[in-house]
Amino acid sequence: MGLLDKQFNSGGVMVTKLDDLINWARLSSMWPMTFGLACCAIEFMSAGASIYDLDRFGMAPFASPRQSDVMIVAGTVTFKMADRVRRLYEQMAEPRYVVSMGSCSNCGGPYWEHGYHVVKGVDRIIPVDVFVPGCPPRPEALIGGLLKLQEKIRGESLMAPTAIEKMMAERV
Amino acid sequence: MDVDEVITNLKGELSQEVSIEEAENCSPRAIIVPPELLKKVCEILYRNKNFYFDMLSCLTGLDNGPEANTMEVIYNLYSIPFDQSLMIKVILDREKAQVDSVVDIWRTADWHEREAFDLYGIQFIGHPDLRRILLPADWEGHPLKKDYEHQKYYRGIKVEY
Repeated sequence: MGLLDKQFNSGGVMVTKLDDLINWARLSSMWPMTFGLACCAIEFMSAGASIYDLDRFGMAPFASPRQSDVMIVAGTVTFKMADRVRRLYEQMAEPRYVVSMGSCSNCGGPYWEHGYHVVKGVDRIIPVDVFVPGCPPRPEALIGGLLKLQEKIRGESLMAPTAIEKMMAERV
Repeated sequence: MDVDEVITNLKGELSQEVSIEEAENCSPRAIIVPPELLKKVCEILYRNKNFYFDMLSCLTGLDNGPEANTMEVIYNLYSIPFDQSLMIKVILDREKAQVDSVVDIWRTADWHEREAFDLYGIQFIGHPDLRRILLPADWEGHPLKKDYEHQKYYRGIKVEY
């Protein structure tokens, strides 16, 4: 699908599945929400800066949950912050994706045993699509996680809304 | 100026019977003050022209555990004109840990006392706004106490790993 633009240039007409078109559009412009919770945010920032340049994936950090597509939870989620993180997630419009970046937001990280104030994994408050390991993960690792997310989006379909299926299964 | 001089001066201003003594094994050297005298001692150290401790560098709580059954509050004072430091300790009853607030002497004490209250549950009498500063307002318990056990759930989120 990466070659879609070239196909336009060669013929002027192209035939594709609506699913593929929508998925291509979504995965080529995943806008992450601009927010960071701890040191992972520094790596997130350098991933967005000139050398790693997230912009080449069409990812421009956006400073509002309303227009963002991806929430990158970059850092330690404390219980005091948990409500805010959940609220920001709820304010995002669907389709929305969550990348949990670093050990802290994956599972509590170094605070797993004595960190009374740390949520032991952000998946306890919001659903997570991709976990990126590391403490903190280098920008390459974050980009790796985002490519994984692109793969996931590429496999989505309008015809089989799996989320609703899951909800129905839970109800039974 | 050394600690002996401070103690002599304080006893001179208050009375010879008060039990202000030097703490053992403290560096920098420290004095131990009975809790009921703390505010007076601080006022003297703040106003006296020979000391002039115009800055409260730090205020710390300390829990000695249920066996010792005491808590401490430690004040680190600094005098900018004399370039002198002094540490003051008060030892409190662990079951009823309370001491006079020093906010009206040093405004720095405001947030520091709130922190000590948040993490140790020490009551500072006369504090203008004694509520939690780091933890959420509806948190249960005071985490830096030796016998602290965290709650099972906080707003529906499991706390345990």
